[in-house]
Amino acid sequence: MFKRFNQKTKLSVKIEFDGKVVEAVEGDTVAGAIMAAGISDLREATVSGAPRGPYCMMGVCFECLVEIDGIGHQQACLLSVKNGMIIKREKAKRLVFDDHGC
Amino acid sequence: MTMGVDVVIIGAGPAGMSAANTINEFGGNVVVLDEQAAPGGQIYKAIDHVRHDRPNELMWLGPTYSEGARLTEKFGSQEIDYRPGSMVWNIEGPTSDGFYTVYYSRTGKSRKLVTGYIIAATGAMERPVPIPGWTLPGVMTVGAIQSVMKNSGIYPSGKLILAGTGPLVLQSANQLIAANVDIAAILDTSPKGSFVRALKYFPRAAIAGDYLFKGWKLAREVRRSGVKIYRNVTDLAALGENSVQNVSFKENGEEHCLEVDTLALHEGILPNTQLTRLLDLKHVWSERQRSFYPVVDSAGETSRSGVFVVGDGAGISGSKTAEYSGVIAGMTILEKLDYIKESQRDIIVEEKKLRRFLDEGIRPFLDTLFPAPTKIEAISNKTIICRCEEITAGEIRDVVKKGCSGPNQAKAFLRCGMGVCQGRMCGASVTEVMSQAMGKTPSDVGTYRIRPPLKPLSLDEIASLNES
Amino acid sequence: MASDFIVVGGGLVGASVAYGLLKSGATVTVLDEGDTAFRASRGNFGLVWVQSKGDGMHEYAAWSRESSDLWPDFAERLGEETGINVGHHRPGGLELCLDEAEYKDFENSINRMHNQPSVGENGRRMLSGDEVRRMEPSVGPEVVGASYCPYDGIVNPLYTLRALHQKCIETGMIYRSDHIVENIIPQSPGFKVITSKGDFIGDKVILAAGNGNRNLGEYVGLNIPTGPERGHIVVTERTSPLFNYVLGSIRQTDEGTVMLGATKENVGFDTGFNFEMAAKIIDRAVRKVPTLKNLRMIRSWSALRIMSPDGFPVYEESSQFPGAFVVTCHSGVTLAAAHALKLAPKLLGNDFNDTFAAFSPMRFNVQEI
Repeated sequence: MFKRFNQKTKLSVKIEFDGKVVEAVEGDTVAGAIMAAGISDLREATVSGAPRGPYCMMGVCFECLVEIDGIGHQQACLLSVKNGMIIKREKAKRLVFDDHGC
Repeated sequence: MTMGVDVVIIGAGPAGMSAANTINEFGGNVVVLDEQAAPGGQIYKAIDHVRHDRPNELMWLGPTYSEGARLTEKFGSQEIDYRPGSMVWNIEGPTSDGFYTVYYSRTGKSRKLVTGYIIAATGAMERPVPIPGWTLPGVMTVGAIQSVMKNSGIYPSGKLILAGTGPLVLQSANQLIAANVDIAAILDTSPKGSFVRALKYFPRAAIAGDYLFKGWKLAREVRRSGVKIYRNVTDLAALGENSVQNVSFKENGEEHCLEVDTLALHEGILPNTQLTRLLDLKHVWSERQRSFYPVVDSAGETSRSGVFVVGDGAGISGSKTAEYSGVIAGMTILEKLDYIKESQRDIIVEEKKLRRFLDEGIRPFLDTLFPAPTKIEAISNKTIICRCEEITAGEIRDVVKKGCSGPNQAKAFLRCGMGVCQGRMCGASVTEVMSQAMGKTPSDVGTYRIRPPLKPLSLDEIASLNES
Repeated sequence: MASDFIVVGGGLVGASVAYGLLKSGATVTVLDEGDTAFRASRGNFGLVWVQSKGDGMHEYAAWSRESSDLWPDFAERLGEETGINVGHHRPGGLELCLDEAEYKDFENSINRMHNQPSVGENGRRMLSGDEVRRMEPSVGPEVVGASYCPYDGIVNPLYTLRALHQKCIETGMIYRSDHIVENIIPQSPGFKVITSKGDFIGDKVILAAGNGNRNLGEYVGLNIPTGPERGHIVVTERTSPLFNYVLGSIRQTDEGTVMLGATKENVGFDTGFNFEMAAKIIDRAVRKVPTLKNLRMIRSWSALRIMSPDGFPVYEESSQFPGAFVVTCHSGVTLAAAHALKLAPKLLGNDFNDTFAAFSPMRFNVQEI
């Protein structure tokens, strides 16, 4: 449950998280933007599938792994938002697809 | 492949930036590889961005944070070859003529750099705090709260509870209070009598500058704010279904249970030894800081010639010492590369060493005032130690009973340490749990062997690096 | 306190042998090194492999096949005894060929083995690229064919080791880790084994210490000409099941991680990481199964195989000091079942050398000391 200090900040960056549009500011980390949108879990635990959310926000815990624009296993706390990013929660076992998407 | 890089610096916190500024100033050819998107490390994270885009927030982030601008300004003005978003995943060498190859990934492509000198300034991480339920969304570290405040200007808006001990808890509480963020409670796990025990280090601490005064002020602010503080807290547990909803604990033995939306944990920081272990450097165990750190000489050089470690990565010592160490290492290497004379080096290095000695005076006091309080034997068998593979303390104690001789064999038997975080979150805890269960010192028990890649990277990327 | 047997080495070979000896009612002490020892067992890929074994020694082809046939029951029994699922599967194996030269190599090997007595080529046959892709859709277009054997399989070697240890301890094995063997003094009868942490007495001593055997053999009149051969392994993150068969150098674990391997280097006792080797492994793997490209590499490591000059096991009872044995091979996983159930009982009798004559180190024309 997170909010922006400056409620009047112009949210000029638009990204998508699991189909939901999230508005963000340039300079936000992907994790920060998602948390500011009220979402606390970003992925499924590998073994049990239980929901997991960011823990360390500095790149050592790997709990913030998401898929960004089709590429999985990205640490959301280390990456800055870019307009148009399509982000998905990472599933417990990543599916791999060949170039034809099948 | 690039020849002609004098020094590769890994990390752009105070230690990395100082080293880079120093080397660059005297004409050295330096490349700085930073995993983050902008310089500042953890302590000065996003400082340039905040100063530029959210300056009103500087007030509550505190004077130490703003200090960082001095470094980042100098760093940014010098045309240093700074490569943000670079993830170092392997280092090979040295060759017979003393060269190392540094492999790193940036924008999905892997590259190599060849150099004779490496300065690892990868800093520290927070000590993992394994409590029941710590894997629930909504449970994070105190540092994480600070990180999002800096990076994205966001704060925990629901019921926020800080639990743990350490200077960072005080600092973070002050930032939140200054920013008018509601803190539902602070659960202070500092063991009874720490202050009395720390007093014997008071004289040395007093010469370290105004830390004691600053610390006293921070503590006073928290008391004045009226935030509810519970003391002598033990038996922390996070409870909830799909996210944390309650935290249970004992205060002086009495049970409590509070509602919570964001539970921030902290029990001090440890050197991040992932890279230094990859390099097979000699490490020693510090009982006082309860952590392993790489052995370095007074210039920062490790057991491998040409490899230096500076900053908190060489032992927790704070941002000022990090800066001094960065300069000392930089000057040492500049002289070895013939950019400066021994006499030039000595003037600067001696001055920095003296400052560093004084600055380090605060450490014994702080380490004793804020020891990591969790009694390892008190960690319940059901508590998850390895978050990635969901291995519990009980399972680890079980294989110890069955003759398991150390963390690497535990890894082989249980898969702890084999998950995506590559042992970062569980390494320290596994060593401690096994140490307590085996009746051996952490030094004797040892740690996970770290192998490349330092962080996961796609097979595609490795295959294409090989082609180039 | 004396044991019937002292086994030097607590890896897959030592543990399998100990398991079998304990089952036969013998008392066993196992002496092992510490947490950071070389431990070929930890390097192991986990193949229970038949198809390439014994080209040049039909007894080895038969022995590998026998072990593979024993494995399903062995795995089940271990599961019942310890509650540990060792993840044994025997779907059959494919060694994929990326060019005609590789295809020819495998084909020639099959022909040679076909002409050997006993089990011949063990059901191995060549398949065309299209046949392979029908059986295994994830195989890419660059693959020109494969060598297939229905008796190839996989198992989790680490869980197997853990299960063996657990059962052995429950059955009364005395297990001492961090006890490096420094000397073995034949007492005629019996042996005194001197370690860094104390002495042990046993009627018989079994050398199952992998690359450590060579030096130890000298104390008991055994010449064991094995040497280290380094292999690299790369492991990826977990993913959904990708394969119907085991692809030799590519194998997916029950957890979903994919292991890639099969390099050979002679670098002495160096277990460091060599980027060239890892890149080679990945390159070949991605050419064979293109979908692997997007998976992330999580870990890599190298381990030292124990290689005899011809690659076949070395089993021998010392003639100078009867009661001292060597049991060593590079395929400790494949042979674990046979070691436990067929070889171990032979250590109790008088006909060990007769039974395993083909595996004697005398075949290398070296004199026993």
